[in-house]
Amino acid sequence: MALVELRNVSKIYHLGGEEIRALDDVSLDIGEGEFISIIGPSGSGKSTLMHILGCLDSPSRGTIKLDGVMIQDATPRQLATMRNRKIGFVFQFFNLLPKLNVLQNVELPMIYSGIPGRERRARALAALEAVDMANRAKHRPSQLSGGQQQRAAIARALVNNPRIVFADEPTGNLDSHTGEAILNLFRKLSTEGRTIVLVTHDPEIAAVTPRRIEIRDGRIAEKVDLTLAGLDRQIKIGGPPPPVQA
Amino acid sequence: MKSDRPHAPPEVLRHSSAQFNTTILAGLREIWAHKFRSLLTMLGIILGVSSLVAMSALVSGMEKGAKEALIAIGGLQKVRVEPQEVPIEQRHLSDQAVGITINDVYALEQSAPLVTRLSPEMRLFATATANGKTFRPWVCSGVWPVALEMSEHVIAHGRMFNEIDDELARNVCVIGTATRDELWGSPERVGHEIIPLGETVYLNGVPFTIIGMFEHYESEQDRRARELARLQAERGVAPPVATGPDRGGRGSSGMRRPGGFAFRLKNSTIYIPLNTMWMKFRTGAAMPASGSSFGGRGGGSSRTVTTASAGGTAATITGDPRLSTLELKIASVEQLPEALQQIRNVLMSTHRGIEDWTFRTQEDWAEQIATFIRNARLSGGLIAGISLLVGGIGIMNIMLASISERVREIGIRKSVGAATSDIFIQILAESVVIAVLGGVVGLASSFGLVQLLGKLSPTDNEPIVTVTALAVAFAFSVLVGVLAGIFPAIKASRLNPIQALRYE
Repeated sequence: MALVELRNVSKIYHLGGEEIRALDDVSLDIGEGEFISIIGPSGSGKSTLMHILGCLDSPSRGTIKLDGVMIQDATPRQLATMRNRKIGFVFQFFNLLPKLNVLQNVELPMIYSGIPGRERRARALAALEAVDMANRAKHRPSQLSGGQQQRAAIARALVNNPRIVFADEPTGNLDSHTGEAILNLFRKLSTEGRTIVLVTHDPEIAAVTPRRIEIRDGRIAEKVDLTLAGLDRQIKIGGPPPPVQA
Repeated sequence: MKSDRPHAPPEVLRHSSAQFNTTILAGLREIWAHKFRSLLTMLGIILGVSSLVAMSALVSGMEKGAKEALIAIGGLQKVRVEPQEVPIEQRHLSDQAVGITINDVYALEQSAPLVTRLSPEMRLFATATANGKTFRPWVCSGVWPVALEMSEHVIAHGRMFNEIDDELARNVCVIGTATRDELWGSPERVGHEIIPLGETVYLNGVPFTIIGMFEHYESEQDRRARELARLQAERGVAPPVATGPDRGGRGSSGMRRPGGFAFRLKNSTIYIPLNTMWMKFRTGAAMPASGSSFGGRGGGSSRTVTTASAGGTAATITGDPRLSTLELKIASVEQLPEALQQIRNVLMSTHRGIEDWTFRTQEDWAEQIATFIRNARLSGGLIAGISLLVGGIGIMNIMLASISERVREIGIRKSVGAATSDIFIQILAESVVIAVLGGVVGLASSFGLVQLLGKLSPTDNEPIVTVTALAVAFAFSVLVGVLAGIFPAIKASRLNPIQALRYE
């Protein structure tokens, strides 16, 4: 049984009487421990797909099974619980709370799990240790570089031991060197057995994952680059920009 | 972090106390982050709470003062029978009206069992002269010895005149402290207490021997102020001049506060035996009173009685036999209506159906006091309530501004697993924390406000801060916080997480 099973999922918006199919009859399985990228130009529906997979949004049609739970008809509260326990998010703009320090930011998901303070602190520190950020625990996000902020955000995504991590353009706001380091961190996590979904418009970044799903106009065109299956290729980022697909 | 799951999150109950504390802490942090803004927001609640407490304290003080005064004049069981003009439909009978006489007293003693005590009173507009000074007491009355208990008087020095003094119509009197203060000097002025027992005082020129003096009547508050001043004086601390003890009842000294009115009147009393009053001031040519022409007829029976007790000396003298008032005490307040009916029946028969008298019960006054207190409480509460409402609107306003600043934060919180209810509680908690802090500060500042009002207010009833008032005011501030937070909290919690995350 796959970790995620999407069957005939559509997301339809109505804009001024016009029907817009952001996702059109998408079916997809993601297995446990997979490192997968969802690639597509802006407006292709990749963000919608990620939102539905990440329990931030509900599909108009179709079924989704996440870790054995059917979630297409889940209540907002059940979706919140799924996001809290089974899903971690990493965003392009880091989305750390500026008023909290790094440790408090990482503790945030556990607050909503009702984990007592002492355990929260211990686990948050462990998660920061894992991304090599333990020495910045008391810093505010504004006192950190972009790469450090993204590491903190990754620690936050991992701290509740989610079944699956979604990274939405995680390197989009970083310089190439830092972006590479962050991608290496994801690869490391993948070798540790994490299920990671990388959402990007950049084929170069998508190239790090063994499995790539291309989205175009709300439909899937799956490609698998077998040469990357070993995950040993040196990643090159910041080369010539990929051809823009309108 | 390893992929195996030794620390898989246990299914902990959501909204545990740990989370609740964190929510409150987050609220406090948010308030601390915007100190000035939060302070301004709280100001509405602070003012509302403190004015609620202060208003309640003022009214409680007034209520206590009124109750003290009520007890000082003899309580609710007292009924006064006073003369009144003959009603218009009986005007043609007015020359047959007898007025209230001693005859009524004996008739009531005989026929009105619900009346436990009777005290006839004959008033005189007297000028007291002694020690080279003169004084016009508020009350100079000829009474029976029973008047002592009737009017809640207490003899501090000497004795009250007794039945023998009354029967023999002796020239003795019992004075209140105000008379002493005016004629011989108050303890504050002369430094020691003068007890003028055995001295002679001239009432309208007639010499009387002072055989007793009442104690000094004053409100609880005045008594305590005086006590404090005395203690300070004993410790060698000079009492502050401005706040020095101002004993009610003295004619000329210092500013007078109207709240001690009842006590001041009571201090300004001179009692002489009823028969003495009758013999020395009402008979003969001494007081050619207006009603004397028919007094002979109407007061015939009473005069017989009086004559008997006075030893036959007044038998041939025409005078005014009418009493100024007749004070009655009934067994209990519950029986007041029945007692009044009995009194009415008796007096109707002795007055031959002519209503030249009327009742005055303390209940009317007590009711007036209660109405006044209720109105004061209502209007004060309304004003304080409106100010709390305005404070609540301020909180709501600032919460709405705050959540529109924090759309992204709400999106982030939702993305890491905050449910709608978590956001709702967070915003509500912030609002309640502002209101509660405002409430606490308001309670603290209310004590200062009460002090200030106590100094400024024209009543000498010290405001009383009650625990109930504090609790009610605090509860209202919490309620306002909850009500003001609900709408912003609903608005925040309903934000779509995807749009909230995209919000710049």
